[in-house]
Amino acid sequence: MSTQTGAVHSIQSLGTLDGPGVRFVVFLQGCPLSCGCCHNPDTQPLDGGTPYTAKEIVEKAKRYTEYFGDKGGITLSGGEPLLQAPFAGEVFSLCHEAGIHTCLDTSGCLMNDDIKKLLYVTDRVLLDIKYTNEDMYQIHVGCSLQAPLLFLKQLEELSIPTTLRQVIIPTLNDNKENISILQEFAQSHRCVDSVELLPFRKLCQTKYDAMHLPFPFAHLPEPDANTMKVLSDLIHK
Amino acid sequence: MDMKNTFTCGNWQKAIDVRNFIQTNYEPYEGDESFLSGATERTQALMKKVESLFALERQFGGVLDIDTATVSSLTSYSPGYIDKENELIVGLQTNRPLKRGVNPFGGIRMARQACEAYGYKLSQKVEEEFRFRTTHNDGVFRAYTDEMRQARKCHVITGLPDAYGRGRIIGDYRRVALYGVDKLIEEKKKDKAKLSGGTFKSNQIRVDEELYQQIAFLGYMKEMAAMYGYDISRPAENAREAIQWTYFAYLASIKEQNGAAMSLGRVSTFFDIYIERDIKNGLLTEEGAQELIDDFVIKLRMARHLRTPEYNELFGGDPMWITEAVGGMGEDGRTLVTKSSYRILNTLYTLGPSPEPNLTVLWSKQLPDAFKRFCAKVSADTDSIQYENDDLMRPIYGDDYAIACCVSAMKVGKQMQFFGARCNLAKLLLIAINGGYDATSGIHIGPQMPVMDVEALEYDAVMERFEIYLAWLSHLYVNTMNIIHYMHDKYAYEKTQMALHDTDVERFMAFGIAGLSVVADSLSAIRYAKVRPVKNSDGFITSFETTGDFPKYGNDDDRVDLIAKDMTHKVITELRKTPTYRSAIHTLSVLTITSNVMYGKNTGATPDGRKASAPFAPGANPMHNREENGALASLNSVAKLSYDDCRDGISNTFSITPQALGRTEEERINNLVSVLDGYFAKMAHHINVNVLNRETLMKAYEDPEAYPNLTIRVSGYAVNFHKLSREQQREVISRTFHEAL
Repeated sequence: MSTQTGAVHSIQSLGTLDGPGVRFVVFLQGCPLSCGCCHNPDTQPLDGGTPYTAKEIVEKAKRYTEYFGDKGGITLSGGEPLLQAPFAGEVFSLCHEAGIHTCLDTSGCLMNDDIKKLLYVTDRVLLDIKYTNEDMYQIHVGCSLQAPLLFLKQLEELSIPTTLRQVIIPTLNDNKENISILQEFAQSHRCVDSVELLPFRKLCQTKYDAMHLPFPFAHLPEPDANTMKVLSDLIHK
Repeated sequence: MDMKNTFTCGNWQKAIDVRNFIQTNYEPYEGDESFLSGATERTQALMKKVESLFALERQFGGVLDIDTATVSSLTSYSPGYIDKENELIVGLQTNRPLKRGVNPFGGIRMARQACEAYGYKLSQKVEEEFRFRTTHNDGVFRAYTDEMRQARKCHVITGLPDAYGRGRIIGDYRRVALYGVDKLIEEKKKDKAKLSGGTFKSNQIRVDEELYQQIAFLGYMKEMAAMYGYDISRPAENAREAIQWTYFAYLASIKEQNGAAMSLGRVSTFFDIYIERDIKNGLLTEEGAQELIDDFVIKLRMARHLRTPEYNELFGGDPMWITEAVGGMGEDGRTLVTKSSYRILNTLYTLGPSPEPNLTVLWSKQLPDAFKRFCAKVSADTDSIQYENDDLMRPIYGDDYAIACCVSAMKVGKQMQFFGARCNLAKLLLIAINGGYDATSGIHIGPQMPVMDVEALEYDAVMERFEIYLAWLSHLYVNTMNIIHYMHDKYAYEKTQMALHDTDVERFMAFGIAGLSVVADSLSAIRYAKVRPVKNSDGFITSFETTGDFPKYGNDDDRVDLIAKDMTHKVITELRKTPTYRSAIHTLSVLTITSNVMYGKNTGATPDGRKASAPFAPGANPMHNREENGALASLNSVAKLSYDDCRDGISNTFSITPQALGRTEEERINNLVSVLDGYFAKMAHHINVNVLNRETLMKAYEDPEAYPNLTIRVSGYAVNFHKLSREQQREVISRTFHEAL
């Protein structure tokens, strides 16, 4: 196998929010989307990042296997890891050789042969369905809703355990209709075993400020705990 | 009831062998916490009284009352109670709750100053009594050399137990319950008789006199218990007596001694044998069992010593280090977790979170899963417990060891230690670079050489210098400790606690270092970046200009982590070159208590970019906020330090926000268990776990009154946040909190 080099934004040795158990999370540099709610705008630019070979990343991950327990492992997040699919694929292959569980945190906005190869060595996908409405996708994400749905179809074909995720943003998707469509997506795909609703958070304002960029959703409020509970309860029924 | 008929027989009946009694009689418990009872009405009412006493104590500036006319000893106070009718376990240090006694045996000056700090005056009677009496402090200062005084004055060695009790000795308090005092006296008399055949050289004469004192104080212990209406000459016959007898033994020790750390040992599984037997015989209910443990723990929470403000700077928060080791595994593979391991942790719910007793879970990969999860839950809920690696210590100390103070392991009743505070490695580095001059105090000390005169510091040259100074300091440090402990044995010998040890005891001499992460990062800066020394007008280096990046300890980067690891190896290797008093085994700790603030205050700017007077990180922690790769990378760095080099313990304090541990309580518990399993699988030694937000501490800093019970782990022990000095509080707030991204 050729040794791929990837552009890495940062590494978080203790991740507990992106995939099951304790995870070594690698944030890759670069994302083709520009979501208004993005909380890591510094991972968006396509240039920059620290170069690492796949082998280097896996050697680092191996230093944490004792912490992974039964469920943990590595998560590739971003940015958009699909942009660096050959690199991500090699990372996951090497992880499998080392017995490390692999998890991909993605928007599912792309599909090609390299991505298909990547999915063969992916144990779980966290698929971020940002909205359930085509217009919203076009306006606030910059691609079509069909892209993640196509991606989901691929996951279904490969039977990859999948968590659907959605960031709940007041006035945009904090309504029951949206949740019921999301629920429909989940129920119509057997690969989906869980749905996570995440509250929109504005702590990232400082990152936008540091980059001298406007935070597109700065004007929107964070959802309150009660809204999150009401919407989450709809999911679990 | 004759206990001999109801316990399983074993060697414990032929010799003083508490471990054998435990092994032949205890029942491991692998289930979960669902059997536990809450606090009874009686307990709640008693606790309410205790809480109001604590509130009163806070209002009085931290000390409720001092008996300035009575020298603390086993029988010098009439019995004291919180609420006599409703107490199940009795005994207080003085005749009133939270009233502190004076203990001038360590040093009369310290006792005097401590009284004055709280608006009292040591009575003329006590002053007279000690006028012609040599204290430990007197003895030490008669023997100290000029160089030792200078080293102390410039703070390159600080916190030495030369004016207060050394502590760190754990009596096997369980022996009193299992055997009764008469049997213990009989055995000590036999040991004393054995001496008579030998040649009486100084060692033997000393042991002979020590045994005399031990026997006398076992007698006083009986008298003390009799004042409360109990006859502890015989063994305990039921759970309540077992706990009461054990507590009397502990109480006698803290009446006699005001050592810095007065740890409890490993009592809960021992108690469990009596408790389960009583429950089986229908004499006790689960509710009743929890009440006994609750009452015992209430007593421990009331224990106090009188300290000076200077002492509090070193050991903030009025701690006693009543450390109780909980759990662990037996050598035969059975877990030592019993229902009473749960019961003692449950006191953090029945009585609320608290720094004392210092509950220390001995963690093993093999611990029952339910117990691991319960511990993680207690940690997340209360921030009151610490963890130490049983899989690392058991092969060395067996399965009946306990922890003195924070991280000092010893076989209960068979080993003790001579406590030795710590030396300041960061300051030593600066003294070395300046050729034997401490710019902070203006004192010339150690070998005198030219100030390093270079454009940029060079790693090999600095290390060569450093090693010369390390060799000098190590020799001085061992000699200083030898004087201190010779004098402590001579003038403030721990008769009660040593009576609860085997006569032939193994001794450790526990040295320590502060500023390890500062030195590691400084040496890394010298090696990987460019460090230009800046001199003052007198030609001494007082600051550094560091340009370029360098690896920092706390990021799982071997380039610097191995500098830290090698440093501990160099230190212990140098220390071992100088023989110790009573042939004690040299050990080393990386632990600072809260003195990291004071050590930092007395240390100039360092090449890692730390400013003059800025606090060090506590213990073996990486410097605040230098971790760039998250919590596990930080843990991996600390885990690389070798326990073989640091047998007196490696302390790491870890703060994480609840959000960063997971979304639900279930996830947080599972993830914390995984983190602990992983860290200890890396053969790390110790970790304090705090699960809290920085904002909580900031609120408590602004409004201490609103957070009287906020307990946090700081460095091998826990404190009420409000009891720390403002400076110590700020340092705790500035520490790394591992957060969710």
